[in-house]
Amino acid sequence: MRDLTPPLIEARGISRRFGSKPDLAAKIALRLGLAKPQPIVHAIDNVSLSIRRGEVVGLVGESGCGKSTLGRVIAGIIPPSEGQVIWQGRDRESLNPKERHAAALATQMIFQNPMAALNPRMSIEDIVSEAPRTHGLVPKGGRQDYVDRYLRLAGFDPTMKGRYPHQFSGGQRQRVNIARALAVQPDFLVCDESVAALDVSIQAQVINLFMELRERLDLTYLFVSHDLGVVEHISDRVAIMYLGRIVEEAPVEEVFLRSNHPYTQALLAEVPRIELTKRRFKAVEGELPSPLNPPNGCHFHPRCPFAMDRCRIEVPLKREVAPGHLSACHLNDQPTV
Amino acid sequence: MSALLEVRNLATEFGAKLGLRAVNDVSFRLERGKVLGLVGESGSGKSVTGFSIMGLLDRPGRVVDGQILFDGTDLATLSDAEMRRLRGKRIAMVFQDPMMTLNPVLTVGTQMIEAVRAHDPVSKDVARQRSRDALGLVGIPSPDERLSAYPHEFSGGMRQRVAIAIALLHHPDLIIADEPTTALDVTIQSQIISEFQKLAEQSNTAVIWITHDLAIVSRLADDIAVMYAGRLVETGSVEEVLGDPRHPYTRGLIMSVPSQNHRGEPLRQIPGMTPAINRLPPGCSFRTRCEQATDACAAMPDLMSEGSRAFRCFHPVARIDA
Amino acid sequence: MTIAPLPVMPEAPPEPGRLRRQLQEFSRSPGAVTGLAVLIIIIVLAVFASVISPQDPYDLTQLDILDGRLPPGSESFSGLVYHLGTDSQGRDILSGILYGLRTSLTVGILSAFAAAIIGTTVGLIAAYIGGRTENALMRLVDLQLSFPTILMALMMLAILGKGVLNVVIALIIAEWATYARTVRATALVEREKEYIEAARSFRLPGWRILFRHLLPNCLAPVIVIATMQVARAIGLEATLSFLGLGASVTEPSLGMLISNGYQYLLTGLYWISFFPGIALLVTIVSINLVGDRLRDVLNPRNT
Ligand SMILES: Nc1ncnc2c1ncn2[C@@H]1O[C@H](COP(=O)(O)OP(=O)(O)OP(=O)(O)O)[C@@H](O)[C@H]1O
Ligand SMILES: Nc1ncnc2c1ncn2[C@@H]1O[C@H](COP(=O)(O)OP(=O)(O)OP(=O)(O)O)[C@@H](O)[C@H]1O
Ligand code: SF4
Ligand code: SF4
Ligand SMILES: [Mg+2]
Ligand SMILES: [Mg+2]
Repeated sequence: MRDLTPPLIEARGISRRFGSKPDLAAKIALRLGLAKPQPIVHAIDNVSLSIRRGEVVGLVGESGCGKSTLGRVIAGIIPPSEGQVIWQGRDRESLNPKERHAAALATQMIFQNPMAALNPRMSIEDIVSEAPRTHGLVPKGGRQDYVDRYLRLAGFDPTMKGRYPHQFSGGQRQRVNIARALAVQPDFLVCDESVAALDVSIQAQVINLFMELRERLDLTYLFVSHDLGVVEHISDRVAIMYLGRIVEEAPVEEVFLRSNHPYTQALLAEVPRIELTKRRFKAVEGELPSPLNPPNGCHFHPRCPFAMDRCRIEVPLKREVAPGHLSACHLNDQPTV
Repeated sequence: MSALLEVRNLATEFGAKLGLRAVNDVSFRLERGKVLGLVGESGSGKSVTGFSIMGLLDRPGRVVDGQILFDGTDLATLSDAEMRRLRGKRIAMVFQDPMMTLNPVLTVGTQMIEAVRAHDPVSKDVARQRSRDALGLVGIPSPDERLSAYPHEFSGGMRQRVAIAIALLHHPDLIIADEPTTALDVTIQSQIISEFQKLAEQSNTAVIWITHDLAIVSRLADDIAVMYAGRLVETGSVEEVLGDPRHPYTRGLIMSVPSQNHRGEPLRQIPGMTPAINRLPPGCSFRTRCEQATDACAAMPDLMSEGSRAFRCFHPVARIDA
Repeated sequence: MTIAPLPVMPEAPPEPGRLRRQLQEFSRSPGAVTGLAVLIIIIVLAVFASVISPQDPYDLTQLDILDGRLPPGSESFSGLVYHLGTDSQGRDILSGILYGLRTSLTVGILSAFAAAIIGTTVGLIAAYIGGRTENALMRLVDLQLSFPTILMALMMLAILGKGVLNVVIALIIAEWATYARTVRATALVEREKEYIEAARSFRLPGWRILFRHLLPNCLAPVIVIATMQVARAIGLEATLSFLGLGASVTEPSLGMLISNGYQYLLTGLYWISFFPGIALLVTIVSINLVGDRLRDVLNPRNT
């Protein structure tokens, strides 16, 4: 069983808030009642997630629930407001500069918008070779070979490496992004909606590429997506987020066959599948609440058909409902429903 | 029975000199109360088809060939003024971005009342009443207060519902919905589709639902039309086309959807990428990516009918195996 | 380490390069093309002033006080025709203008260029580092921008004294803040883009992210402002010289020439001020025409 391998990377009690600290002038204005306090966005709230070596963890949830923020914190692009990220058993903050450098390079991110992630003024070759050259990964005189190798690995024709990003289609640009990330020889990739911007037929190509690379290079993925179909296909384990918290976490078959949390169940009712008969669309009632002032207690209670008084006051904790299957819902404390 | 909308050999071009054909030889028919799903990849000409029917093409674009018979009249020959009288009244469009319908500096109420009175000479009070009812119908809570709100005070999903409410104000015979839920969340998306389904059924409205999402179309539409590089490559009922695709492209699309594949196995993929519209290979446009291609495909295949369905391929595929 | 080759299309979408597209876009405005043509002529004239000019207006030995204040078209004893007349010292106005253009353009370009470098660097650093540094730098910029430019330049010249070089320095000090503010605003937007985040996650050194990634993508507004600033600086230099604070009498900048003839304007000796004035106007207008069009073409929404 995979379960025995220690986590490669682990988020422990991560919170991340956005919103600027008031400066002196703002403080005075606040005192005098001339200004309203700056709203604070609680993008993620006390989230823990561990990812084992070689595993693909899918992270799903609606827009604005904090998937990208969690991905960025784990990838080390932004620091958490609270909590720790543990890399191979050690707190990333406690590493010495050299180890921290290595850990940072070993974790890379593939972004949603393949164009925005490439510097429009640099050629493909420069884009791919920049980081490895800076970090001395390229043998002397071997730059061309090095670049070609990684471009080919990502399914990009190296003869076109002299061109610029705007000369390529979305799928090709995403391959360049992948080649660039691979070129620093990472162990762990955070893919933030990496196929969402691509056409259906190109999406399949890039997903296949990700899966092939995983086998060849022994990669570990955190795969952020709102597309349940994609997540179901490629993940070993799935974490479901709602408004800044992970509400359920389980192996992929468990989630799709025996989902526990009411939100997951609502979400799964809408997995896009091709069906040959016309069918009524059912809907989860209610609007997405705002992360500016999330509801008290269980964040899902305003939309939950099973909400009880307790849900409005008390935050449900994640607990194991089956081996490896965690869910955060008060219903699990009830004797039997 | 005569169709509500019959498009015959529609061709739309952009660019004065180049003659960039974004839509080429597109024909389909749609009856009252039916939903047609128009699917295809980005740039395949879905939106341009919709805009051509609506008479809303951007300046260099124009319909260069074909007929758009709406209830017997050819829309392609109508003047701008005549078209304006139809638009919003008998044909309405819902865009991917609701802000294409909504004006950010006017309240929702003002815009809806204007929309009512543009076609019906009723008093402001009656128009307000109707606007309120329409908002209620698409599931916006407390519609009375919402009328005096500005678009930015609504969430994305609610804005799209307002846009749908506006499209439904005059109980049009035909609604063209251009990816109205693509920018929205899964749960909000199903809310909107379910409203739409109900409303269209109740008022016997015909709908063209443009999307690249086969799963949505399979549950929502009666008929389906697949576009590739400006042309229709396959049409028919949802059951026929999705259950038993004949065109290699349709088949490839269906098979590349993750839920049509086994976990842990690579997705079946269509090789290559969509060529740019001005770089199409001569003959069948799908030729560069098609596994079935032969020398015969160097000529452009016609849309061949087979009962109620049609496809544009010399070597149609047999029944799907998975 | 190879993978079953994935299908790759050999052809890229046939988009013309950005530069070519922008050139096409630029040439669509007749005003801007005319402006550019005139500007090129002016620059050529200025660069070759010493070759083209009938007379060297700096060389006092070539001047003859007896030729003073001759109307356009007059002929000197030595046979030289003064096409645009002469000033009170017998200086050929045409030569004066050519040399004046040279001085004015040098002042304009030099000051705009130096101010652009300083301002851009400050703006970039402020945006990239953020926090206290950004606050401090931007307060300085605000302070600077709250002074009228001309006042700032006058103050600087009062301290530094007259002379072309001092005018350049004064203009740099008066103008750098404009760049700093604009570049910071652009860089703040660019900084949030994912390619900068990517560069960070690749642990590239800060200077590299600043100058290789951020800078090239913030240059468009700098180019536009710099073009406009050249015109502004030429105008300012003329104003300063006109006020007697700029170039010294022996360095005939355009402002100097206008100032020299100003006192005679009402006595009918119009040409001493008039022709340099026209030259100044044409230069500034053509630079502005080009700058305006550049602003449209380089607008990020178009690229
Ligand atoms: N830099 C930032 N400054 C302020 N707020 C932010 C910032 N980044 C994210 N947020 C807020 O944090 C919340 C979570 O954002 P995040 O991008 O993580 O969501 P997401 O789940 O990735 O959504 P999507 O599916 O739309 O990408 C949102 O409300 C967002 O507005
Ligand atoms: N205003 C325009 N000027 C020139 N070409 C245009 C214009 N609008 C669309 N086109 C071209 O027409 C073709 C079809 O575009 P269309 O917008 O219909 O695609 P689509 O199928 O709706 O794609 P998407 O899924 O991305 O919306 C494209 O190749 C596009 O470049
Ligand atoms: S804790 Fe309560 S509100 Fe939250 S999901 Fe469970 S039942 Fe619903
Ligand atoms: S006509 Fe030929 S190339 Fe085109 S889809 Fe059919 S088999 Fe493929
Ligand atoms: Mg995101
Ligand atoms: Mg479209």
